[in-house]
Amino acid sequence: MATKASRSAARLMMAPAVILLLGWMLVPLTMTLWFSFRKYLPLRGGDLGWAGFDNYTRFVTSSAFWPSVMATLTVVGGVLIITVCLGVLLAILLDQPMWGQGVVRILVIAPFFVMPTVSALVWKNMFMDPTNGLFAHLFKFFGAEPIAWLSQASMPSIIMIVSWQWLPFATLILLTAIQSLDSEQLEASEIDGAPPLKRFWFIILPHLGRAITVVILIQTIFLLSIFAEIFVTTGGAFGTKTLTYLIFQRVLESQNIGLGSAGGVYAIILANIVAIFLMRIVGKNLDN
Amino acid sequence: MARSVNTQRKALNTAVAWAIGLLIFFPILWTILTSFKTEGQAISDPPVLFMFDWTLENYSVVLERSNYARFLWNSIFIAVGSTILGIIIAVPAAWSMAFVPSHRTKDILLWMLSTKMLPAVGVLYPIYLLFIKMGILDSRVGLVIVLMLINLPIIIWMLYTYFKEIPGEILEAARMDGASLKEEVLYVLTPMAIPGIASTVLLNIILAWNEAFWTLNLTAAKAAPLTAFIASYSSPEGLFFAKLSAASTMAIAPILILGWFSQKQLVRGLTFGAVK
Repeated sequence: MATKASRSAARLMMAPAVILLLGWMLVPLTMTLWFSFRKYLPLRGGDLGWAGFDNYTRFVTSSAFWPSVMATLTVVGGVLIITVCLGVLLAILLDQPMWGQGVVRILVIAPFFVMPTVSALVWKNMFMDPTNGLFAHLFKFFGAEPIAWLSQASMPSIIMIVSWQWLPFATLILLTAIQSLDSEQLEASEIDGAPPLKRFWFIILPHLGRAITVVILIQTIFLLSIFAEIFVTTGGAFGTKTLTYLIFQRVLESQNIGLGSAGGVYAIILANIVAIFLMRIVGKNLDN
Repeated sequence: MARSVNTQRKALNTAVAWAIGLLIFFPILWTILTSFKTEGQAISDPPVLFMFDWTLENYSVVLERSNYARFLWNSIFIAVGSTILGIIIAVPAAWSMAFVPSHRTKDILLWMLSTKMLPAVGVLYPIYLLFIKMGILDSRVGLVIVLMLINLPIIIWMLYTYFKEIPGEILEAARMDGASLKEEVLYVLTPMAIPGIASTVLLNIILAWNEAFWTLNLTAAKAAPLTAFIASYSSPEGLFFAKLSAASTMAIAPILILGWFSQKQLVRGLTFGAVK
């Protein structure tokens, strides 16, 4: 049983972390909220007073808003579908007996450790370049006309790059989950003559349910704010301007702080909706 | 009979898994190979995989013209600095939550996690402004602070799950033997917690090394780390594939090696204990 002295010692030990995180959360958040109600243009007159809900309505009625919502949904949705589907298949494959399992695992996980600016630039230039990229060589080899990936198929290209980065994460987590599956149950169903597809559908997939949910939620939070991949490839052109990128442009490029801050508040609300679901799962896990 | 079927299946699994593994790894392999080619060979059609004249020229060109050492030093300083600072703040917090839990511990842990969900772009301008006011824009110290704060929840969570696994009986036994709180932490807890702390350090160095929102937006010439160094290659200048590859290889090599050591901790660290 903890004594009174150890309780107050514990509180003292937690204080720095709690105070720092509280400051990190409250100070910028309050400032963003404040700016979002101001007409604030640092390069064109500075703080020009209250704007009411002007910034909020202008942000959602600007012509760039809905396309950016669509772009965000397309990237997040596309990457989630690809990484979860391929991740499940890969995890099952990696769980099978084979030679050199450890090495294959390392090969599959590697992309996760590549910094975003590197993976985006490597894909952009060495694979997707319309004249010298490997894809262009491949297309020409098969007699097809090479395409300018990042301008003609900008969205699929971005989804491909980001999926490559996140597939290892999904695979690794799903593999960990599969390995915790009771192998006796699987063997029993195998002896009972259940075909592989049925085993997958009725035993493996339900067991993976929670891991898949966790992958989806965590990836969504990270994917909602991807930045570097767009920054160094298209710079937001060709329909790849996501909500995050649009806010970045409003704030740092056109220096319209009020408008950008209102956008930021929308982004925070959006992220929080996803976060609530994630926290619920994590919280449940803390209890047992 | 059954055995040969099993061997066959194993051989098939092996072939398929290796093929897919190599396919996924290929962009990295291709980057490393290209870094040893001449610019001409780097874009040759048909492409060459291994049969080219290996050269180190790209590395010397990149090293010469870009002050690579400074970017590298910035990356190391920021990644290691923010991790050490984070650990110093997180260890006591995680220790107290794991061993002296109160009815609020769970809420505090979840609240800490929720700060991690705050989208960076939502607070970009306030941080930018505060950095200008404090004179730490484009400084390593500023980035150390920001990266420490964004990774602090992950550090605390990882340490918490590791500390939780240390059996409480050992602590009680030490207490019975008359160990003071200080002795308890120093001689009983620390040795048992070292592996967990080490994995936490490793994962956080990786996360800080690869962070590419704040490092791109809060630095210019002085404090820019490797993420920004690579981003400067986004506007092409003539033939540059081989040089880009050399620069990329140098930027990712250290972390690839660290990453392979930390793959097991990755799951724990990034799912906050929701998947074990």
